[in-house]
Amino acid sequence: MLGILIQLFVTFFKIGLFGFGGGYAMLSMIQYEVVEAHQWLTVKEFTDIVAISQSTPGPIAINSATYIGYTATGGSISGSIIATFAVCLPSTVIMLIVCKFFLAFRKNRYFFAALKGMMPATTGLIAAAALMLMNSHNFVDYKSVAICIAAFILAYFLKIGIIKIIFLAGIFGYVLF
Amino acid sequence: MKQYLNLFISFFKIGAFTLGGGYVMIPLIEKEVVSKRKWINSEEFVEMLTLAQSVPGPVAINTAVFIGYKIKGMKGMLATVLGTVIPSFVIILLIAVFFTEFENSKAVERIFCGIRPAVVALIAVPVINILKHSGFKIHIIAIAAASAISVWLLGISPVIVIIVSGLCAIVYNTFISKQC
Repeated sequence: MLGILIQLFVTFFKIGLFGFGGGYAMLSMIQYEVVEAHQWLTVKEFTDIVAISQSTPGPIAINSATYIGYTATGGSISGSIIATFAVCLPSTVIMLIVCKFFLAFRKNRYFFAALKGMMPATTGLIAAAALMLMNSHNFVDYKSVAICIAAFILAYFLKIGIIKIIFLAGIFGYVLF
Repeated sequence: MKQYLNLFISFFKIGAFTLGGGYVMIPLIEKEVVSKRKWINSEEFVEMLTLAQSVPGPVAINTAVFIGYKIKGMKGMLATVLGTVIPSFVIILLIAVFFTEFENSKAVERIFCGIRPAVVALIAVPVINILKHSGFKIHIIAIAAASAISVWLLGISPVIVIIVSGLCAIVYNTFISKQC
């Protein structure tokens, strides 16, 4: 148990520390650590958590830390607390330092060059998260492909809200599968 | 004491009502901390947002740290961070308890069979939006594609991608490009 708690802490600390580019970019990192490296979740379970995170309030990083902390420890709240604490810790400390030296950071061209330069790479990380989930676990047959295309059209062209799309997809899933 | 409570309540609201996360919550944060509480003015808000989006971690947490620390120091920061985290922590914990019970039910499995491919589409949408915003510049698309392929096909850790891209940007900015 203590071993898992330490692993959870280290893993989510790392996710928090390198989680540039917002929630979606952090997804590929969470998936890499939690599904590939530690195998705490299957790809299907991970996708379910992303869906749950998108339909509940709060940042995806915190939602997935709380959820994975619970399941990885076999249903213990201590796992949730450790993982959530660990994912918030790095950004809290970094943000405190930035607040203290706000002016110095604002003028530092290296700091902002690094940040600007990371934008294309973090965009790629979001794409990687989507690509890694495009597999036979999540796409059972042509009906899955149809749902994926329909969801894309609703979100991108018609600007329908995320929760409505997830709700609709759930109804279609229940009827079609 | 009242100030701590106000900080906690404001950020509890932000944590509890920002469905979908990220950019959805920025207007709500602005309404709470600028228009309603007047903790910072709108100019400071824009500066803070740039910082909160630049450092790693969830934007909501970074904003909470900035405001809490600015108004009431370390204890204020504790109030705002806890306020942001507690709503999603409690909701997800309840779902986790419920979901691990019903995960193997046929009905739940069928519902999620429909949701999973939709999730893939929902993650793809921001990628296209960001590329569109940057004007579909060829070097941005190339770097994004390289980083996506590194993680997706080559199995390289996203942490390595972040470190390498940050270093490349500093080197490029220092030695090649003279304007910042």
